[in-house]
Amino acid sequence: MAALIEVEDLRKEYVLGDQTVHALDGVTLSIEEGEFVAVMGPSGSGKSTFMNMVGCLDRPSGGRYRLAGEDVGAMSVDELAGIRNQRIGFVFQQFNLLARTSALENVELPLVYAHVPPKERRARAAQRLAQVGLGARMDHQPSQLSGGQQQRVAIARALVNNPSLILADEPTGALDSRTSLEIMSLLQGLNRGGLTVVLVTHEHDVADFAGRLISFRDGRVRSDARQVPRDAEASLVAFDGQGAGAAA
Amino acid sequence: MSLAAVLRIALKALRVNKLRSALTMLGMIIGVAAVIAMIAIGSGAQERVREQIKNLGSNLILVFPGSTTASGVRLGTGAAQTLSEDDAAAIARDVPGVVVAAPSLRGSGQVVAGNSNWATQFFGTNNDYLTARDWGVASGRAFEDAEISGAGKVALIGQTTAEKLFGDADPVDQVIRVRKVPLTIIGVLDRKGQNALGQDQDDIVLMPISTARNRVLGQAQGRLKRIGAVSVKVADGVDMKGVEEGMRDLLRQRLRVQPGAEDPFTIRNLTELLQAQEASSRVLTLLLGAVASVSLLVGGIGIMNIMLVSVTERTREIGLRMAVGARARDILKQFLVEAITLSMIGGLVGILLGAGASYLIGEFAGWRTDITPQAIALAVGFSAGVGVFFGFYPARKASRLLPIEALRYE
Repeated sequence: MAALIEVEDLRKEYVLGDQTVHALDGVTLSIEEGEFVAVMGPSGSGKSTFMNMVGCLDRPSGGRYRLAGEDVGAMSVDELAGIRNQRIGFVFQQFNLLARTSALENVELPLVYAHVPPKERRARAAQRLAQVGLGARMDHQPSQLSGGQQQRVAIARALVNNPSLILADEPTGALDSRTSLEIMSLLQGLNRGGLTVVLVTHEHDVADFAGRLISFRDGRVRSDARQVPRDAEASLVAFDGQGAGAAA
Repeated sequence: MSLAAVLRIALKALRVNKLRSALTMLGMIIGVAAVIAMIAIGSGAQERVREQIKNLGSNLILVFPGSTTASGVRLGTGAAQTLSEDDAAAIARDVPGVVVAAPSLRGSGQVVAGNSNWATQFFGTNNDYLTARDWGVASGRAFEDAEISGAGKVALIGQTTAEKLFGDADPVDQVIRVRKVPLTIIGVLDRKGQNALGQDQDDIVLMPISTARNRVLGQAQGRLKRIGAVSVKVADGVDMKGVEEGMRDLLRQRLRVQPGAEDPFTIRNLTELLQAQEASSRVLTLLLGAVASVSLLVGGIGIMNIMLVSVTERTREIGLRMAVGARARDILKQFLVEAITLSMIGGLVGILLGAGASYLIGEFAGWRTDITPQAIALAVGFSAGVGVFFGFYPARKASRLLPIEALRYE
């Protein structure tokens, strides 16, 4: 397998008043294509900063970052926008859907910026919505959807441009336990289909679904280990069984 | 991102905050409406003056016999009979730039036709008078040379006179009596309307100058052929002042005026007077437009203000758009189009309102108002300009946001 993400001595410094904060203090690692990686760490550990660097939302202060062999550090702002558009799908904790805009139009958004013609845009967005199980709610606006449904729309949006990488930042942070399991099951399913998923979380329960766990502390990688992922589908069944047992 | 897509996003964003968008537009609406109405009033005034010039006859200079002093009593303009038909002919012949110089004798009195009568003024003159005044014959014909030289008993009458004497009937070939002299009507003049002083120019009877002198006014058939005025038409593009000076020199010479003595005649350039009036109404238009533009400026500032608020409110949306691949110029375009849409819709509504307002002003104040295509083009251009100018800063501010900071904005 080829390395999708390669970072070498990645650094990010912020200047806060007269203090320099090393949010990332020399991170070196690589993530292969098709991996499901969970990034953990307490707040301030640099995991979010790492995520932003990998997502090309922010530029590193030092070090190198190659995405699918391309040196991202040397790219212009517009080229980075192109990379985000074509190669990366984002899933956020707060969903970040456009209000008063239908699910379908929300999913279409990346295609709008990719200059895909309207007809094809609609067809592809509808297909992705069907894939995440929202084929019947394409005309609903975010305010008419539950949290889990909104996150599914966000995932459909992340998938619509056929990216090679899904970056999920606390995707279950705003959801209840059962919905969280549903979302994790969805992400696991996508990963099994060959998509690389990088997930930032501070919950061990969530990190357990990944095949590799990287923990951060003080801007550095503290541990990096492969693990046997828990199956989300099975957990969901178990959860429902428990619920039924409690009810009975 | 296609323009249609950007426009759709802009309209959607404006619909979300309907009241706010409407209030912001109101600034533009009032500004544009004010500009349209003010320019309509100004150009209406200008058009009125221009029409008066046209009615008067373009490039017209009038020469009257001047005042003379008789035994210490100074008589008014025209009292002295210093000018003659020969002087008029000399002006036409010797002063460069003169097209025609029509002599005229003026009188007034009761005109009788059948059993109706009407008090009007009459002019003894020739066809050159019609040329000088740019006056055409609506029906019938102008004078013939034989009628001019032979004191023919014929007359041309104005539209008002025709209506007063004949009502709807055709006056041509009818006979009127002016001071008991029967004259056959050979034609009716075009309608000219009021002159600059509000006098009805169509209330008139024209006859050959010899007829007026010999038959109607009953003056002695003097050798000098005294006249009451000369109407001089100057060729287009010729300096009126120069022609005026040429006539003055010629007349002083012909009348043997001593150097330093007062002119025994008066030269009046009415066109110039009206042109000065036109210039002043043009200045008025500009002034009114400028004052109205200030409200347009205020409207523009309102748009900028709202766009700045909008950018701040939608920072997270901007962040998200950037995260899914919007480039800086996509964001710039989005907000710029939104500002322009806001100002253009305001501008278009303003044009309608301004047109309505100028119509009402015209109707109730009785002022003439003209909505010119230029004023509309100006208003549209200006409102688009306001959108671009005042929308650019907020849009650029939005486009320069860093994706990560915009996404994390609380």
